[in-house]
Amino acid sequence: MLFGQGGGFGLSLAFFFILVVFFPFAIGPNLDLLSKVAPGTLWVGALLACLLSLERIFALDFEDGTLDLLVTSPIPLEGVVISKAIVHWLTTGLPLVLLTPFLGVLLGLQNSNVIFLIISLILGTPALSIIGAFGAALTAGMKRGGLLLSILVLPFYIPTLIFGAEAARRGIEGFETQTSILLLLGVSLLSWAILPFAAASVLRINLR
Amino acid sequence: MRGPNGVGKTTLLRALAGLQPVEAGTIKCSLEDICYSGHADGVKPTLTVQENLEFWANIFGSPSISEVAEKFMINNLLNTKAGNLSAGQKRRVGLARLGLMGRQVWLLDEPTVSLDETSVKIFGNIIKDHLSEDGCALIATHIDLGLENSAQIIDLLKFQSSSGKLSSSNEAFL
Repeated sequence: MLFGQGGGFGLSLAFFFILVVFFPFAIGPNLDLLSKVAPGTLWVGALLACLLSLERIFALDFEDGTLDLLVTSPIPLEGVVISKAIVHWLTTGLPLVLLTPFLGVLLGLQNSNVIFLIISLILGTPALSIIGAFGAALTAGMKRGGLLLSILVLPFYIPTLIFGAEAARRGIEGFETQTSILLLLGVSLLSWAILPFAAASVLRINLR
Repeated sequence: MRGPNGVGKTTLLRALAGLQPVEAGTIKCSLEDICYSGHADGVKPTLTVQENLEFWANIFGSPSISEVAEKFMINNLLNTKAGNLSAGQKRRVGLARLGLMGRQVWLLDEPTVSLDETSVKIFGNIIKDHLSEDGCALIATHIDLGLENSAQIIDLLKFQSSSGKLSSSNEAFL
C-alpha cells in the first residue's frame, strides 16, 4: 500500500484504453486489417501506458526524503527496488493484461486468439516494470525527469516488444510460438535477475 | 553542531549516515547503530499518521507505536491523513520515527524546523532521555535545545574545506 502511493495507475490504464480504442477510428472498420495490427497495437499501447507511471516509482520518495530513510534502514535496497517493481506491475501490468480481452474484441480478434496476446503480455510486462524501475532510479534525482526517463527506457524495451509482439502475432497466425515465448521469458528473467542490483547502486549514487 | 549556512553540516551528517562517500577518515560506528533524520520528513501524504508509523515500525521491527506516539505528542493525530497536517505536526511525525528505530546514534539535521516552543522543549527532553539511555546524538541546529549541560558544541567553521566547487555539468538533457 505504501509503495503504491495511490492514484496514478488508473491514469495509465485509461491511457491504454483510449489509445487502443482510437486505432479502429484511425484505420477504419476493416476487421481483417485491424486483427492484423492488433498484437502490435496492444503491445505498443501497453508499453506507452507502462511508461506513464514509471516516474512515480522513485521520484516521490526521493523528494520527501523516504529514500534516504530506506537506504539507511535494515532492509536491502535491492529488496526495495524489487518490491517497487512488483507493485508497479500489479498496478499497471496486471490491469493492462486484464483489459486486453475486451480491447481484443474491439480490434476484431477471434476469442481463441486473444489467449496468445494475454500470454505474451503476462510474460512480457514484468520486464517492462523492472526495466522501468531501473530507468526511474537513474532519473530519480532530476526535476522533470519524466521525459528523459522515456527516452532512456524506450530503447531498452525493444527486445521485450519484439519478442512479445512476435509471439502474439505468430500465435494468431497459427505458427508455433515456442521460440519467441521462450526468448520473451528469457528477457524477463534476465532483467529481474540483473536490474535490481543495478537500480540499487544507481540509487545510492543518486542520493549523494 | 553549529556553523553558518553552507559550511557542510548536512554533508557531514549524510556522510556519517552512509549516504555519501567519505573523502578521508574513518567512521568507527556500525551503520546499523545509526539513524538519520534529514530536512525532509519522509511522511506520505496519502496515508494516515498511524499507517505511516506502522510502515516504519514494521521495517525496523519495533513492537508498538502507541508509546512512541504518546512521547512525541501525536496521539490525537494518529487517524489524520498526513497530507492534512501542518508543517510542525508533520515534523513531529517525522521525529517520532526516531523512537521507532531503536538505534543508538541519532544524526539530526535541523530537527526543530517549524516546531513551536513547547514542541522544541518536549523534543529537548526526548533527546535527554535518549542520552540517559546510553544513546548519543549529533545535531545540526541554530537554536537552543536546552542541552547545555550535556552537549558539546562543535563549530564547523573551523573545519570548513577549502577545495573549490564542482565543475558545472552539461545541462542539455537535464
